[in-house]
This record gives sequence, C-alpha cells and structure tokens, in this order.
Amino acid sequence: MLGFVARRLLYLVPVLLAVSLLTFLIASLLPGDLAYTILGDQATPEKVAALRHDMGLDQPIWWRYLSWLGNVLQGDFGRSFRTGQTVLQAVTERLPVSLELMLLAQLGALTIGIPLAIACAVRSGSAFDRFMTGSAFSMLSVPAFLSAILLIYLFAVELRWLPATGYIPFHEDPVGNLRCFLLPALTLALGEWPVLMRVLRSDMIQTLQEDYIAMARAKGLKPSRILLVHALKPSSLTLVTVTGINIGRLIGGTVIVESIFALPGIGRLLLSAIFTRDLIILQGVVLIVALGYVMINFIVDLLYAVLDPRIRHGHA
Amino acid sequence: MTGPALLSVEDVSVNLPTPRGNLRAVDRVDLSVGAGRTLGIVGESGCGKTMLSRAILQLLPKKAMLSGRVMFDGQDLVRLDRERLRKLRGRSLAVVFQDPMTSLNPVLTIGTQLIETLQEHLELDGVAAKMRSIELLAAVGIPAPEQRLMQYPHQLSGGMRQRVAIAIALSCEPKLLIADEPTTALDVTIQAQILDLLAREQRRRHMAMIIITHDLGVVAGRTDEVAVMYAGRVVERAPTPDLFKRMRMPYTEALLAAIPKIDAKPHTPLPAISGRPPDPTRPLKGCSFSPRCRYAWAQCQIEKPPLADADSPGHQYACFRPLNTAVGAPA
Repeated sequence: MLGFVARRLLYLVPVLLAVSLLTFLIASLLPGDLAYTILGDQATPEKVAALRHDMGLDQPIWWRYLSWLGNVLQGDFGRSFRTGQTVLQAVTERLPVSLELMLLAQLGALTIGIPLAIACAVRSGSAFDRFMTGSAFSMLSVPAFLSAILLIYLFAVELRWLPATGYIPFHEDPVGNLRCFLLPALTLALGEWPVLMRVLRSDMIQTLQEDYIAMARAKGLKPSRILLVHALKPSSLTLVTVTGINIGRLIGGTVIVESIFALPGIGRLLLSAIFTRDLIILQGVVLIVALGYVMINFIVDLLYAVLDPRIRHGHA
Repeated sequence: MTGPALLSVEDVSVNLPTPRGNLRAVDRVDLSVGAGRTLGIVGESGCGKTMLSRAILQLLPKKAMLSGRVMFDGQDLVRLDRERLRKLRGRSLAVVFQDPMTSLNPVLTIGTQLIETLQEHLELDGVAAKMRSIELLAAVGIPAPEQRLMQYPHQLSGGMRQRVAIAIALSCEPKLLIADEPTTALDVTIQAQILDLLAREQRRRHMAMIIITHDLGVVAGRTDEVAVMYAGRVVERAPTPDLFKRMRMPYTEALLAAIPKIDAKPHTPLPAISGRPPDPTRPLKGCSFSPRCRYAWAQCQIEKPPLADADSPGHQYACFRPLNTAVGAPA
C-alpha cells in the first residue's frame, strides 16, 4: 500500500507542473498590460516602463514563469496590488467558507442519494424505481439559481426558519454558522444527488446480479448485510469518482450560490478579482484551486485502492 | 432409498417469462435424497439442472414462477417465510457454486466471508469464529490458513478459491450440500482433488449431497443415485451401479459416449451428440430427445414417454425404445 501511495505521488509531479504552467499562461496571456491596470490610463510611459521593470514584466515569459514558480515553491503566491493582501491571506480567509459549503453539500447529496439508489436497485423496474429515476431526472434539470430562490422563499420567507442570506463565522456562533449554510448547501445538494443516485443505482443493479450476491444469499446473511457490505462496497467506485469531481469543482467555490446567499467564499473572491483585473489574486487562486482539485483526485485514486483490493495489488 | 428422505422435490416446475415466450426450465421433476446419501444430477448445458438447484435453494430470479413442493427436513421451502428460510440457508442447506472466480466477493477478505457465515448462524464470538475458520481452511486442504484469512480472493488460485467456497459451505455443518458443477471452472488436474475432498467431507460429516454436473464420469463411483435430465425433465433415474450396468435411456448412452476416452486413438473424432437441445420456449409434442435420438421411431415424435419404473428396483426411465429390451433398440 505504501508503494502504491508513493507511485501515485510521483505521478503528481508532472501534473502539478503542467497545472502551474497553464495557470501562469492564462494570466499572462490575458490582454492588457498589468502596469497600465495598476497605474491607470493617465500614467506616463516612463512610469509604466519603470513599474514594468520593477515587476519583471520586461523579462521574457519563460523567465517570468520560472521566477514565479520559484516564489510559489517557497510559499509566496504574490500580493494583490489593490488590497495589499497576499494571495495566501485572501485564500485562507475565504477557503473555509467554500470548504464548509462543499462539505455540507456533499453530505446532503450523499445522504439523499445513497439510500434512494439502494432502494431503487433492490426494486429495479418497479413503480417506485421508475418514479424515483424520473424525479431524479427532473431534479437534474432544475438550475441552482431556481432551487435557491424556491428554498429561500419556502424556508426564509414563508416559514422563517432559516436566514435568507449572510454569513456568521463558526467561532462566533456555531449554530448560527450552520443555519447560514443550510440553504446554500441544500441548493447544491439538490443539484447533485440525482447524479449520485443514478450512478450508484445502475452499478448496484449490476452488482446484485453477481454470483457472489447469490452466494451471500445462499449463506443466509441478513438482507441488510448483503446490501450494505456485499453489494455497496464493490458498487461504489463510480460514486466515489463523481463525488471526487464534485468536491474538486466546489473547492473553487460556486459563484452563483455564494452570490445568491452572500457567502464570502472563493467563488466570490475570484469573481471580484476578475472584475477588478486583480491578476495576481486571480492567478494565485486559480493555482491553489487547481492544486486542491489534483489532490482530491489523488485521494479518489487512493480510495479506489481502499475499496477494491485488486487495484491495491496491481491486478485487474 | 433407505430411510425417510431429507430432501424431496415433488412435482417441481420452473417457468421463466422471456420476450420469446414462456420458458419451461424445469418440467415436473420428482427427486429425493436421504440423509448421508449422494445424488448426482447429470445433463448438458441448458437442461435445467442449475435452475433446479436454484429452485431447491429458493434462489430463482425474481421473474421465475415455481410450482410444486420442495420438502426439506419436514418443511416446504417453497412456502417457508423469508426469515426462516434465511436461517436454514448456510446453516442446514449449503451450496458450492460453479465458478469460484465469481462466487467469492472480490472486495472482502477470505476471513470476513468465512467468519460472517459462522457468526450469522452459530453463536460464536470473534475469537472462536476465527479459530474455527482456520480449522475449516485446514480441513479443506489450504496451506497456511491463518495467513489466508487476511487475503482477498484474487490472491488465490481457482482451486484454492473453490476450497474456500467449500469451507464456507461446510462451516455450519449443513445437512445437505448442493455442489453445482463444482469442478467445471477448474483445471482438470484440480478437478479430482476437489471431488475427492467433497466425497471425504461428505462421508465424515454424514451429510447428504447433490452433485450437479454435465459429466457422467464425475458421478460414477461418487454417488448413490443418478438422475439424468434433459430439456427440464428427469429422463432416467437409477441407483448409480444399476445405471451404468443397465442403461435404458438413449440420451444417457449418448452422454456417456460423449466423454473423451483417454485410450482413444489420436485424431478420433469426439462422439458429440449431434444437434442441439430443443428450444425450451417451444416444447415438442413427443419426446424432447427424439430429434437427436438415433433409435427414435414414429411414436417418439407424437407422444411424450412417461417416467416409468424399470424392471430393477429404483430404476426409472422415460423412453419408448429403451436400450437392451424387447421393445427397445440394440445398444
């Protein structure tokens, strides 16, 4: 298992290099000169040239990439020229919000998706199964902004159970913090459980036809054990993949949901960086989000090995 | 048959609805096995022998329709409620499936799969169950059983996996073991070992056993009684020595002839049974084997021969032209 982890970690190196290069290129190939953006259009050419020299913008692009990469490797992702905040500060401030939202949304989606998938797979083809698969399909086509508005209307306006918008830090008021996150997390979960449910359902239906399930029944095991131990584990590889992709996507925050519910997450940080042309923040945040994505996929690979011993031992 | 039957299959039929119409997989089968006895069920692929074994275990596909009675130890398994059936399976009624590559769960250790059966049916704590698992693995001839408990099925060879499956089946001292083609998926060199293991454990534990196979060679010398199935029906049934001595059914003869002979000259064509079994969704009016039977005459195509008693005790066959009889064909 240790060898497996080491091998996988080694594969990460070229991926991470490619990610950093792409991130750098995206930011530097954007039209517009950073020096002009900072100094404004009233700046004299001398001032611009001086700033370009200070920032190293007059150097060739490969040199700029290497020196930026060197700084990044030392933990220096740069500093916003607008707020003076470093990228790391900005991200550590916003990341917990996006992470909490992501975590709650995934928990919600899995809590809805897994039991329904199992229930449908056991009765595949029944009226219940057809109804649930149909509803999942229609849920899939509801956009997040619509379900967000409906949830706000129901839980914040009509029932007045939860706040419509706003953010309270966890250390100030844990319960209030959770209440803030419930509606946005539910909004995201509503968009995701149908995918999880459909993926797990179809894998589970296949697994239930395997000989080893007939064997488990012939052994006289309890139906709950057959479903949860013998069938769920080998059926969950695709589920883990999809969940991993969702998590990776949500590390970067969700612009729409964070905006609707006024949550100060990564999504809103990126959005404002784009509007203010704050390229340093943009570049740093994109890199950190991409790193997170790569790490999540690395963890998903490890999870495969945990779930299926054949992968761990290099078979199959 | 000595003593009352442990298992008796009474007038069992299995029908499967398919897109092409109703498929009659098992057609009014009567069979029985006494405690400590061995029954062989023989027939080629698609003759309904596996469906019959699934019918006994009540593990048929959801769509299948089962009629008749399966009396086991005084209870009708067909009408038994789910919970009582579950307590019986794995405990008194165990099975070894055909393919050990697919019948063990690939993501659970051998230990988990053994211990869960023990703990489901016997009141054993973790340590006792583990000790017993080690004993069982050793009993079925697995070297270094303690290490095996931690391993996964893919780390074992096919023969070893089938031994594990047998250990699981034997774990709760069942009264009846159904071995469904237990050696078909294995190397020829392993087959005899597995069959001998099954025979030894059967004698030692005095359990009843049903061996399902397509190979008459497997049942010869290893069973007390043989039932030959064709197109869902039992077409010949006899005590094993009697079957080989006084074979009556041309299909049984053809099955026996189809076993490759080790002393045959090189390049001798295999005496395969020509043609294929009839389409089970389109039952024939007459004897199902008549299109392939070299002794068939007009009556065989019009009427279905009943399973009737032969002259020797316990021998039954369904044929109008039984081999080596006055009315029948020369063998």
